[in-house]
Amino acid sequence: MEKQASPVERLIQELSKLPGIGPKSAQRIAYHLLRAPAEQVNGLALAITNLREKTHLCPECFNITDGDLCNICSSEKRDKGLICVVEQPQDITVISRLGSYNGLFHVLHGAISPTEGIGTSNLKIDELIKRLERSPVREVIIATNPTMEGEQTALYLKKIISPLGIKVTRLARGLPFGTELEYADNATLTHAIEGRAEF
Amino acid sequence: MSKPHDYQTKAIILSKTRLAEADRIITFFTPEHGKIAAVAKGVRRPNSRMSGHLEVLDYSHLNLARGHNLDIITGAQTLDSFLPLREDLTRGAYGLYAAEIVNQFAMENLENRELFDLFLKTLERLSYQDNLEIATYYFELHLLKEVGFKPEFKECLSCHRRLGEEESVFNFKSGGTLCAHCAQGKPWSFPLSFGALKVLRMLQDDDYEQVKGLKLEPVTHEIEGALRNYFYYLLEKDIKSASWLDKVKKMP
Repeated sequence: MEKQASPVERLIQELSKLPGIGPKSAQRIAYHLLRAPAEQVNGLALAITNLREKTHLCPECFNITDGDLCNICSSEKRDKGLICVVEQPQDITVISRLGSYNGLFHVLHGAISPTEGIGTSNLKIDELIKRLERSPVREVIIATNPTMEGEQTALYLKKIISPLGIKVTRLARGLPFGTELEYADNATLTHAIEGRAEF
Repeated sequence: MSKPHDYQTKAIILSKTRLAEADRIITFFTPEHGKIAAVAKGVRRPNSRMSGHLEVLDYSHLNLARGHNLDIITGAQTLDSFLPLREDLTRGAYGLYAAEIVNQFAMENLENRELFDLFLKTLERLSYQDNLEIATYYFELHLLKEVGFKPEFKECLSCHRRLGEEESVFNFKSGGTLCAHCAQGKPWSFPLSFGALKVLRMLQDDDYEQVKGLKLEPVTHEIEGALRNYFYYLLEKDIKSASWLDKVKKMP
């Protein structure tokens, strides 16, 4: 078999390391880039380089930012008394897209996962507590995922934040839009019934 | 005769890892097939019909199709989601600890109904009863029996003398107790007081109903230490969720 030119081979190897991309997809992308206009390829290369060089974690909320503080923490229009705690920076994008939440965020960068050996020291939990101690926060909304790990994290946070005299709330759990009641799991259905609201 | 293309089983979910865009690999424990890892497609999307039935520590009824490499989960229905394990930090930490131990010891594709029943009963106890420590030690000792590592606590495994009031050791290499004399110079030994030895014997031999009210103090630390160290000896690694369990237990 003819060996591919080494820069192509190298790119295929690197692309294959990305999540969801196997060797075939990697090869397709590599050959696509080889034929694409130079400015498009250079643009992609620059975007990848800048991704690491020009971003860092916001020292306040640990979101990814290219400024001193992220644009949420530095905004004057935000309600500084409200902090929504999420697992990943992507979760901020999802909640911000709604347009209905106007408070601040705090990114934990994961959830407590005892079976994988991920504990509180691997997450930005101490940083959250320090932040709560120095700023006038009246409510912390815990928006960790409704998984076993997310629940353990939420319960732990409630236990350590409540003594600070700050109100702790958890995202409501219920039935997603577009599903059928027939397929709901017991935990979700129990929460949906307990948390029913008058309308 | 080839195996049927589809099959159904009851299962307790042990762990899950992400796969591709929206899939997961779910590892679960079944009565008939032991431990299985299978692919659940699309379960990371919010409108997935299966995701809520495949969370860690769910007891579910699963439908599976045999795949080339991993089997595919085609349907899931929760039988019990053990809500207290999700809503109470301490109960949850105990549940995850038990799941990790089963995950470490259970064999793939090997029937072990006794271990399945023990695990299921343990999750019920951890959810609805109050003596979580006893439930866990009882589970650990009986799991060791079901996977072929039942420790001997009656006599010295070397000189076969029945052990009495004097201090003995739990020698992991021998798989049980040795008298102080026979234990000399033997590595992998964990000293046991007579009180701890008696509790271990009761936990191992009696029904749960008889032992659930046992007063463990002051031998709790000895029993915990003996079992944890024995697990370390057998698995050649720590049970990762033990440190989380210890941290949660110490919280007010």
